[in-house]
Amino acid sequence: MDLVKVVESENIRNQYPDVEVGDFVKAHLLIKEGAKERIQVFEGYVIARKGQGLSETITIRRVSYGIGVERILPVNSPKIDHIDVIRKGKIRRAKLYYLRDRQGKAAKITQKI
Amino acid sequence: MTKFIIGRKSGMTQLFDDNGNVIPATVISCEPMYVLQNKTVETDGYKACKVGTGSIRAKLVNKPDAGQFKKADVEPKRIIREFTPDEEYSLGQEIKVSDMFAVGDKVDVSGVSKGKGFQGNIKRHGQKGGPSGHGSMYHRRVGSMGATSTPGRVVPGKKMPGHMGAVNCTVQNLSVVMVDGERGILVIRGAIPGPKGGIVTVQNTVKA
Repeated sequence: MDLVKVVESENIRNQYPDVEVGDFVKAHLLIKEGAKERIQVFEGYVIARKGQGLSETITIRRVSYGIGVERILPVNSPKIDHIDVIRKGKIRRAKLYYLRDRQGKAAKITQKI
Repeated sequence: MTKFIIGRKSGMTQLFDDNGNVIPATVISCEPMYVLQNKTVETDGYKACKVGTGSIRAKLVNKPDAGQFKKADVEPKRIIREFTPDEEYSLGQEIKVSDMFAVGDKVDVSGVSKGKGFQGNIKRHGQKGGPSGHGSMYHRRVGSMGATSTPGRVVPGKKMPGHMGAVNCTVQNLSVVMVDGERGILVIRGAIPGPKGGIVTVQNTVKA
């Protein structure tokens, strides 16, 4: 019996199996300011999904005021309130790192119908 | 020393703490230990408690050990270690992880580090390498062996290439994240010596 898997399976809380690479998502993140807790929304394309089990992460990329911003979120993090999938994307790669070199219309992902 | 457990390293993973931050965690598999012998100052010259864990075929046990297993009335054990107890344990008593450690305890973990084979000075002693370019032709070599005719020999203890790793190693002051006595799970924050499946001993820390 692999005890590492046992420990991981007990701590896994959310897997978000419907969040796939190429999707446009809204991640609702819990932000703590002093004693207060509020929700911040980070939206963008999922450009990578890495790792497995408890250590799995997703990378969300957005362009904010002309500057590319990427956030790497541990999928199981308690700091994620929930993730909404807005659009599914039609893609031909597992990792969409090529988006970093593109701007404007070229950086768009076709919607999967 | 009061607390002690023998385990095998199962592997590492990541967990989340109360603030939601990721922490590195090592899972140790700790089967119950059984007391094989209580050593006393009168009979043995020092106080110790001998414990065993992990099963082994009776055929593979030597006669002195077999006698002790019989005396303590326990199945033959593969791994046998001693520790200095504070409280008294009775012969043949079962000791679980949960009897020894609780969440939040500070511990030292000892084991045999991973063997690295024959390594050069840069990896083995952390020395700097030579320049890579400009015709230096001096990349990963040892460096000076010392002065010339005085003393006329290489000083003992000179750092040189050789076998690295596979030595006893202790990591101090790690904290316990999770304890499960029934399934024999001990989770510790941080890394511990040795490969997966390697035998480690966990004690309460000397730095407390």
